[in-house]
Amino acid sequence: MSEQCIRVENLSKSFSGRKVVDDLSFEVNKGEVYAILGHNGAGKSTTIDLILGLKEPDSGEATILGMKASKNRKKVFEKVGVQLQHTEYQNMMTVEEACLEYASLYEKPYDYNELLITFGLSELKKSYVNKLSGGERQKLSVILALIGNPEIVFLDELTTGLDVAARREVWLTLKQLKEKGLTIVLTTHYMEEAEALCDRVCLIKSGQKITEGTISEVIKHSGKSNLEEAYLYYMGEEELL
Amino acid sequence: MKRFFNMYKIEQKIFFRSPDVIVFCILMPLVVFALITMIAGNKAAADSGLTYVQGAFVSLSTVGICCSAFMSIPITIVDLRDRGILRRMYCSPCSPIRILACDIISSGMVAAFSTVLLTIAAVIVGYRMSGNALVFIIVWLLTMLSMFSIGLLVASVCRTTKSMNIVTSVLYFPMLLFSGATIPAEVFPAPVRAIIKWMPLGVGIETLKKISIGTYEGVFLPVIVLTVIAAICILISVKTFRWE
Repeated sequence: MSEQCIRVENLSKSFSGRKVVDDLSFEVNKGEVYAILGHNGAGKSTTIDLILGLKEPDSGEATILGMKASKNRKKVFEKVGVQLQHTEYQNMMTVEEACLEYASLYEKPYDYNELLITFGLSELKKSYVNKLSGGERQKLSVILALIGNPEIVFLDELTTGLDVAARREVWLTLKQLKEKGLTIVLTTHYMEEAEALCDRVCLIKSGQKITEGTISEVIKHSGKSNLEEAYLYYMGEEELL
Repeated sequence: MKRFFNMYKIEQKIFFRSPDVIVFCILMPLVVFALITMIAGNKAAADSGLTYVQGAFVSLSTVGICCSAFMSIPITIVDLRDRGILRRMYCSPCSPIRILACDIISSGMVAAFSTVLLTIAAVIVGYRMSGNALVFIIVWLLTMLSMFSIGLLVASVCRTTKSMNIVTSVLYFPMLLFSGATIPAEVFPAPVRAIIKWMPLGVGIETLKKISIGTYEGVFLPVIVLTVIAAICILISVKTFRWE
């Protein structure tokens, strides 16, 4: 039996009367790669915000490694790396300075030089972050999520804006990290990304869980031939098939 | 502590890269000081008991404080919040307070650096402070604390960059122009000077001027005023602070 490290129980959140997350429950096991899939505005990012304690749920509870992030922020984030959607940086800051600054936040950070090499950014060490291309900046935000040597990492739309080659590079690195035992929770709009990386996926629509399971389970239950078709089937958009 | 220092070093470097910091905090006081020295120099400045050079040195020693307090600090903090950088820092084991502390110390260092350069320039043109330099430094630091607390209050209270820009401009330009930080307060007519005396930065400058010539008469009340401003503003800004 695998060990649970994230537990989400009956989580709900409304914004001005609109339910964004609706009675959502799921668990993520240690060493697993877990994806939350859904349309824009389905509640993926809000779910992550609620788990991380960036927002307080209206009801329900989420715990990471048995702790509530909002109550045990320091303890939790020493072990949890985060990449938020649209990470921004201070002006006039170089790539290396961003790495040094984020490394200074953790007790036992990774050697950022190694991460820069892995993600192909070491040539750009002295470049200003605001001069980087969208893809390079996205890679940097993944590096900064990993810099604290975390046990769990949250990646919100990690490869949005990356070109095909860069996306594959990031996948490869994440697979290697998974082999070392890293637990990954991600959201993505790319079904081939979920297929390539994830052990299990959770499909949500209007904040509610539609289905959950391994990729092959989800495909099998839908009676379709691949995850993208299965996704559209579950989202009730079969006319697109 | 070492980790704090690592972060501080980076923030400080970023500060010195900003062109407006170089121009407004560091070059401007030097240029104004040079002009006043050339134009008026050792003439007595109205009834203040100081020469223009003496008055200008004290006033200009607070320009760095003024720029940091009403420009750098609120702009940096609101920008960090607006762009989600504080939110991202929140998702780390270190509290965003550290990044704020780094920014405040960096701003203080810029103000101090600006004043050190000004002092060197003043000594070169023959200025000597007749009052106690140590007391001057202490009151200068209190003035800085007091002005920074106003800047922090602005950063806490203003919800958007737009409203902050309005508030900082309303605070910054009058203080810079009328408090005697650039134009010697002595050249203004008496009614304007009466108002100036009670602008927060004006209070600091008036007191520093007295101390610089070794007069301690009527220094007590302004020191209390500056301390009370600092205490109230820090309290409110801590209470109303938001990461998002």
